[in-house]
Amino acid sequence: MNWDVLLDFSPFSKNWDAVLQSFWATIKLSLMTGILSLALGTLLVSMRVSPTPVLRAFGTFYVNTFRNTPLTLILLFASFGVGDTLGLNKVLNTYWLAVFGMSAYTAAFVCEALRSGINTVPLGQAEAARAIGLTFTQSLRMIILPQAFRSSVAPLGSVLIAMMKNTTVALVAGYVEMAAQMKQMFEEDGATLPIFLGFAVGFMVLTLPSGLLVSWLSKRLAVAR
Amino acid sequence: MVDIGKGAGDAGSSDDLPLVVLESVNKHFGELHVLKDIDLSVNRGEVVVIIGPSGGGKSTLCRSINRLEPIDGGTIRIDGKKLPEEGRDLARLRADVGMVFQSFNLFAHKTILENVTLGPMKVRKVGKAEAEKHAMELLERVGIGTQAGKYPAQLSGGQQQRAAIARALAMRPKVMLFDEPTSALDPEMVKEVLDVMTDLAQEGMTMIVVTHEMGFARRAAQKVVFMADGQIVEESTPDEFFTNARTDRAKDFLSKILTH
Repeated sequence: MNWDVLLDFSPFSKNWDAVLQSFWATIKLSLMTGILSLALGTLLVSMRVSPTPVLRAFGTFYVNTFRNTPLTLILLFASFGVGDTLGLNKVLNTYWLAVFGMSAYTAAFVCEALRSGINTVPLGQAEAARAIGLTFTQSLRMIILPQAFRSSVAPLGSVLIAMMKNTTVALVAGYVEMAAQMKQMFEEDGATLPIFLGFAVGFMVLTLPSGLLVSWLSKRLAVAR
Repeated sequence: MVDIGKGAGDAGSSDDLPLVVLESVNKHFGELHVLKDIDLSVNRGEVVVIIGPSGGGKSTLCRSINRLEPIDGGTIRIDGKKLPEEGRDLARLRADVGMVFQSFNLFAHKTILENVTLGPMKVRKVGKAEAEKHAMELLERVGIGTQAGKYPAQLSGGQQQRAAIARALAMRPKVMLFDEPTSALDPEMVKEVLDVMTDLAQEGMTMIVVTHEMGFARRAAQKVVFMADGQIVEESTPDEFFTNARTDRAKDFLSKILTH
């Protein structure tokens, strides 16, 4: 057994630029996916609680489809189906194909986290909003969603942290982020403990502070009732 | 005296016609027939108190007037106009009908002042400064001017309900609906809310009040409507109703609430 290889940190110093680049690639993918999935998830939850049956049905269908499909399948389809077969890879690079695939998937979870938040807003407030003449959209935007967001900070945070870790699946869509970089170094330098630990710590640098931020926010923003 | 407004869109409406007219209104909750052929008309400036046993349809009737409960049959007219179906027309009508709920229903994430200014600013498109000025006048009037910057959860029940009344008045409604406004309050807070309502009645606001407060009915109402089992059983002046009820159902109800 060769313990030296297993404890060899040199692959990092050798590939430092590529490692940093992959770290940044993960951040870029997480940020854009976070923004898009929050937006799409909000739109979806608005559909799911809307008085229009067609919109409600669409929202439910979307959530059931994307929440129950493995992310790997969605990203493979984004890469090969949307990218290659539809030929959109001429206008969208692997980053955007990964962003869209990840966002489509994560939005379903954002929608459900928000819906649990909406359920914490007493029905009476929606009635009061209607009673002063606000339309459905206005009462959703001004009364229901602001409170729903605040009370679903914790579950939304879990969804977003899971999303950050899910970015590793983007390697199947050909996007080079931390997992792809780690895989490459495993192949070139052998799968050593330092390489694994280095990338694991890289993720924790992103996810642990996010978790702390989420707990702080959820206390800070809680609506007193 | 603060201008409470007697409706923003009064122009062109005839003053002698009743403001709220219900004609053979029916409503079911599944098998349950909760409103049976209700006919009721409320004149401008009139205060109508709806009383009766629980489950008799009082709240449902009150809520159907601004279509928080849709009805199955009959018509409801407010200021001559038939109640619209869902949509923008309905929102516009609701703006003219103030509503006060049993559980206050203040917007928990907004301050008291924001609760009161939201409707005027977003529905009536009143400017912020003007909306805040009117809101402060109303809050002073209901006695909670100093609480304007607080959040609903920081206020007592009585204060919250007075804020809710101010929120409804800020829309300058043509008619105010009160759905058991004091039923969720501690006893010592009932009076402060009833006082505000009595003032409002004396200033000529049209009010439909579902309540168990017989004192308020005697003091402020022009008409008492006694409802039981989804029907209007008796309709008369407070004096006549409390001293000389015509029906056995009403006599039975009164004997139960007035003897303890």
